[in-house]
Amino acid sequence: MVEPRIIIVGAGPAGTRAAEACVQAGIRPIVLDEGRRDGGQIYRRQPDNFTRPYAKLYGSEAGRAQALHETFDGLKGKIDYRPETLVWNIAGGQVWTASQTYQDALPYDALLLCTGATDRLMPVKGWQFAGSYSLGGAQVALKSQAVSIGHKVVFMGSGPLLYLVASQYVEAGAHVVAVLDTAPYSARIKALPDLLAVPSVLWNGVALTMKLKRAGVAVYNGIKPMEINGNAAEGVSGIRFRTGAGVEQQVACDAVAMGHHLRPETQLADLARCAFVFDPVTRQWLPERDGDGRSSVAGIYLAGDGAKILGARSAEASGRLGALAALADLGLPVDKGEMASLRGDVGTYAKFARGLAKAFPWPSEQASQLPDDALLCRCEGVTAGDLRAVMRETGAQEANRAKAFSRVGMGRCQGRYCGLAAAELIAAEADIPVEQVGRLRAQAPVKPLTIAIGDDQ
Amino acid sequence: MSRFVRLGETDRPIITVHVDGKPVDALEGDTLMVALLSSGSMLRQSEFGPEKRAGFCLMGACQDCWVWTESGDRLRACSTLAASGQQIVTSQPGASWSNHA
Repeated sequence: MVEPRIIIVGAGPAGTRAAEACVQAGIRPIVLDEGRRDGGQIYRRQPDNFTRPYAKLYGSEAGRAQALHETFDGLKGKIDYRPETLVWNIAGGQVWTASQTYQDALPYDALLLCTGATDRLMPVKGWQFAGSYSLGGAQVALKSQAVSIGHKVVFMGSGPLLYLVASQYVEAGAHVVAVLDTAPYSARIKALPDLLAVPSVLWNGVALTMKLKRAGVAVYNGIKPMEINGNAAEGVSGIRFRTGAGVEQQVACDAVAMGHHLRPETQLADLARCAFVFDPVTRQWLPERDGDGRSSVAGIYLAGDGAKILGARSAEASGRLGALAALADLGLPVDKGEMASLRGDVGTYAKFARGLAKAFPWPSEQASQLPDDALLCRCEGVTAGDLRAVMRETGAQEANRAKAFSRVGMGRCQGRYCGLAAAELIAAEADIPVEQVGRLRAQAPVKPLTIAIGDDQ
Repeated sequence: MSRFVRLGETDRPIITVHVDGKPVDALEGDTLMVALLSSGSMLRQSEFGPEKRAGFCLMGACQDCWVWTESGDRLRACSTLAASGQQIVTSQPGASWSNHA
């Protein structure tokens, strides 16, 4: 029998466990990853000449991070690992890659997309100023480069990452001025039944909040961001916000880390023509998949946070499960009992994730409340008022049509950081459900390529 | 004044990168972004607004941190390692048009 060609995109928790399952089945998969090193974002590895131990880098998840990295190290030589390789399209039954200035087109029998996530952002007036960073970006700065994003840092948004990164900053000796959480404390109480699905992770979260308070960091719940103060030449100088009690306050800072939990990187699934379905809990369009990770397209499997935000632990389970499903579909023997057990694990994490979505709700109403002069798209400087004017003048109420007229979603980030907020703004202005606005269609290349790119090496 | 603050891992060899013709000290293992923002506070001028930019996502998704080599190759400062002898420019070579109305 000819060995089936399995391609895995991503070398984070899901991609690593998928590759491991393939190797255990006697197959040598191709693993394509944009990073310089494996680990993905949450278990991102520091450069070789850095010396901080696992406990310092990954806290309560140190054991999991180390196990994952050691697994990947053990796969070297047994997989065709291609780091610093961007997958920029999936078309014609091939995976199109670019690395440095070379490109390649790889056919496959099974393709596992483990593409991970980026921060979900709600724009705030002034977020274009230097010193505004995504929450995940703030964590990358610390974890992979041992730097703080500023001298006085505010963490603003909501979600588990808000507290995690703030406390990692405190622990590393950074000056954290405040944590400004848009979620009211009451939401967390309501979410408890779901959050109890994974008590250890719930407890980690409680411990983080206690640690921040002990360190003297001001923690506000139920805030509404008003403006990131600053100027064009010097960047961020402070935050103006309204407290949960409705009192306006300001804090001085030179950096702000912003985010509202995460959004999956679904562009490759979209280009591969996988069907999408609207998820009302997170208000996001997600690629459809069955309980094992099969997409609507034969031979394409979806795992980890790139399919749905269920967290790193779930990604390890769904990565392995997706690979086992692919192997089974290719006619290879797999342990059906193990698959059932992995499905159970993913289900438990899904319940917890639903709790997180309730505890830290996406403040969709803030998009429609953006003042006309606030930038909605920070790539091309398109304001909320510009988008409203386009809607009035053209009647556009669909995401891609509004993009064509306003350029919101057409810039460097290709809508990753403005797209969800723009959809909420359109929905509110047009008084239609956000799912009716639709979703920005993925366009190849999914990230900018250099024109000088040539044929394969 | 620097934008980023080093919180450890400072016991690494010093390297020198040239940014817009001026020497900038960095540490081996720094990304270009950390090299530039540990000695200065900005990466580039926004082409669509009055403000300076200093990156945003640090994971290769937003493309806010582009800088260029002297020969015009575009680099993502967040995912490119700094190396001795690099000649970096913070405005796109040859791009002199204005996008402002």
